[in-house]
Amino acid sequence: MSPRDGADAFPDATELADPLLTVDDLRTWFHTPRGTVRAVDGISLTVRRGTTVGVVGESGSGKTVLSRSIMGLLPTRDVERAGTVTFAGRDLTTMSAKELRSVWGPQIAMIFQDPMTALNPVKRVGAQITESLRLHLHMDRKEARATAAALLDSVGIPSPEKRLRAYPSQLSGGMRQRVMIAIALACGPRLVLADEPTTGLDVTIQAQILDLLGSLQDERNMAMILVTHDLGVVATRADEIVVMYAGKVVERAPTPTLFADPKMPYTRALMDSIPRLSQPSGTRLAAIAGRPPDLVDPPQGCRFAPRCPYAQDRCRESEPPLRTAGSADHLFACWFPLTNGRPSAPLTNNEVTP
Amino acid sequence: MPDDRELAATGAAAELLADITPGDAALSEEAVSLAVAGARRRPLGIIFWLAVTWVGIVVIAAIFANLLPLAHPNFQNYSAINTGPSIHHLLGTDDLGRDLLSRLIFGARVSLVVGFGSIAIGMIVGGSAGLVSAYLGGGWDATMNGFAFVILAFPQILALIAITAFWGTALWKITLIIGIGSIPLIFRVVRASTLAFVNREFVVAARALGASPARIIFRELLPNVLPAALSFAMIGVAGAIVLEGTLAFLGLSVPLPTPSWGNMIAEGSTNGQLQQNIYIMLWPAISMFLLLLSINLIGDRLRQRFDVRESLV
Repeated sequence: MSPRDGADAFPDATELADPLLTVDDLRTWFHTPRGTVRAVDGISLTVRRGTTVGVVGESGSGKTVLSRSIMGLLPTRDVERAGTVTFAGRDLTTMSAKELRSVWGPQIAMIFQDPMTALNPVKRVGAQITESLRLHLHMDRKEARATAAALLDSVGIPSPEKRLRAYPSQLSGGMRQRVMIAIALACGPRLVLADEPTTGLDVTIQAQILDLLGSLQDERNMAMILVTHDLGVVATRADEIVVMYAGKVVERAPTPTLFADPKMPYTRALMDSIPRLSQPSGTRLAAIAGRPPDLVDPPQGCRFAPRCPYAQDRCRESEPPLRTAGSADHLFACWFPLTNGRPSAPLTNNEVTP
Repeated sequence: MPDDRELAATGAAAELLADITPGDAALSEEAVSLAVAGARRRPLGIIFWLAVTWVGIVVIAAIFANLLPLAHPNFQNYSAINTGPSIHHLLGTDDLGRDLLSRLIFGARVSLVVGFGSIAIGMIVGGSAGLVSAYLGGGWDATMNGFAFVILAFPQILALIAITAFWGTALWKITLIIGIGSIPLIFRVVRASTLAFVNREFVVAARALGASPARIIFRELLPNVLPAALSFAMIGVAGAIVLEGTLAFLGLSVPLPTPSWGNMIAEGSTNGQLQQNIYIMLWPAISMFLLLLSINLIGDRLRQRFDVRESLV
C-alpha cells in the first residue's frame, strides 16, 4: 500500500521461504523486591506471513508480557530477557534502541488493550495518526493528513475529516479502538500484535472490531498475534492457537486440531468455561477453580497441577516437557493427556483453594 | 466424538457472535460527541476578563511607558510636593515632587521583568529538567530530586540577601537570581505531574510506533503537563513579584532613584511618610495587590479551561 521504511534492511528475497517471526525459548524475568517474577519462561512460537496466531491464557499467565517481550517493549530496569526473536531473518533481541525504533511502526506494530489510556488525551486524533506517517514514511503534512483520513475511513469511522480534529475524549470506546487500529496500521506493518484489542469494549463492538481486524489483515497480508483470554475470540479467527499458563506454553496446535482434540486438561477447562447459548438457562458455568500460581515461586512439577482435576503424584514432582501429539504441529505439555476428550488419569480430589 | 467437540467449541464461538450484527453505533456516537463538546464551552466569566484587562493595562503601560505623555519618573516638580491627585499629577506627587503615576508605570517594568523573566528561566531550566528526570527515572531521577531538595531547604530570602549584597542589584541580576531560585520548585512540580503520565499506556504506544525519547518527552508528555505547569508558573510569577517587592523594601533591589513598586512602598512607609502622604505607598500597593490577584485568577481559570482531562475523562 505504501512504501515501507527500512525495506532494504528486511529483504524480500526470503519473503515466502521462512516464517515471518520465530520466537525461540523467550524468557522475561522481572526482578522485584519480592523475588524474581518469571512472567515468560521459555516460550517458542512461529508466525507465518499473513496468518494469525492466537495466544490464549488467563489473566496473569504472561500474555501481555509475552507480546511486549517479542517487540522488545519492556521497561529498562530490573528486567532480564533471554532467548531469540527472529523477525524476517534478523534477531530483534540484539538490536539497538535506535534500530528497534525503525522496526516499530513500519514493520511491527501493536494494538493496545485499553483505548482509553493508549491514546494521548491532549492530542488531536489527526496528530496522533500523522505523526508516525511523517516520521517513518517521510510524508509531508498534506499527504499525511490525506492518508490519515483514508485510514480512519478504512477502519469504519464516518466523516473521517471531521474526526481528525477530535480529541480522544470526544470519541466513544469503539471509535477510540478503531483509531488505535488506524494508528497501528498507519505505516503498513507486516506483523501486528493485538493485545486483547477488544477487552475494554462491549460485546457488540468487540465483534465489529475483530471482523475489521480480520478484513484489514486479509487486505494487507499482515500477520497477527492475537492475545486474548477468550478462546471464543480466537476460535474463528486464528490459524494456530498457543495456550499459555503461568508463563509457559502448555499446548499449541492449529485451531481445528486444538478444538477437536485438546490434550491438556487446562485447554479443555478453558473451552468448558465458554458460555453457550444452547445451554439451558441456569446452567452453571464450568469455571476453573483457584488462581494462576505465583510466578515468583511457581509450583514444582506441572504448574497447572494444583488446579488440575486429574493431577497425579508424577504431575506434582516433575515438569512435563512439551511433546508432539499425532501430528508434528500439535504440541502439549502434560503427563496424562486427554485422548479424544477423555482423561487418561483418574479424577483426583484435588485440593484447590478457591 | 471429536467432531462433536469441534462443532461444539467452534459452534459456541459462532453462537457468541451470532446475534451480534454490526450495528450503526457510529451514528449515535456523533450525537454524543457533539453533546460533550457543547458541555465544555463554559464562559470564562466577567472576573476573568477584568483580571485580563488589569494585567493587560499594566503590561501595555509598562512597555510603552516612554511613549506616554508622562513626566520623567525622576523629574522633580518643586512647586508640587506631596500633593494629592490633581489634573496635573493624576495620582499626586511624592515628597520630592516626582509624579506618582509616572513612577508607578515605570516601576511596573521592574516588577514585570522580574516576575515573568525569572519564571521563564525557571520554567525552561526546571521544567525541562523535571520532564527529563521523570521520564528517565531511576538513579538520575533520585539524584536530581535530592539536589532540588537541598536547594529548597535553604531559605530563599536569606540566600537572595546574601547574593545581592555581594553581587549587586542590577535588574538582570535580580531576575537571574530569583529565576535560579525558582528552578527547584518548578522542577518538583513538573516532575510530579510528569510522573503521573510516564507510565500511561500512550507513552508505551508512542514507543511502539518508533518515537525517540526526545519525541516522547516533548510531543507526548509535555502537552499533558503544560496546563498544570503554566498554572503553577502564574503563581510563580506572582511569587517572584512579591519577592522583588520584599527585596526592594529592604533596599536590595534595583538601585534608587529607579522606581519599582517595592521601593515606592518602602519610601512611602518610612520617615513618617505614611502620615503625611499616604498616596506614595497606596498606589503601588493597590497595583501590586490587583496584579497578583489577577495573575492567580487567570492561571486558575486557564487551567480549568484547557485541562481536557479534568473536564471530560
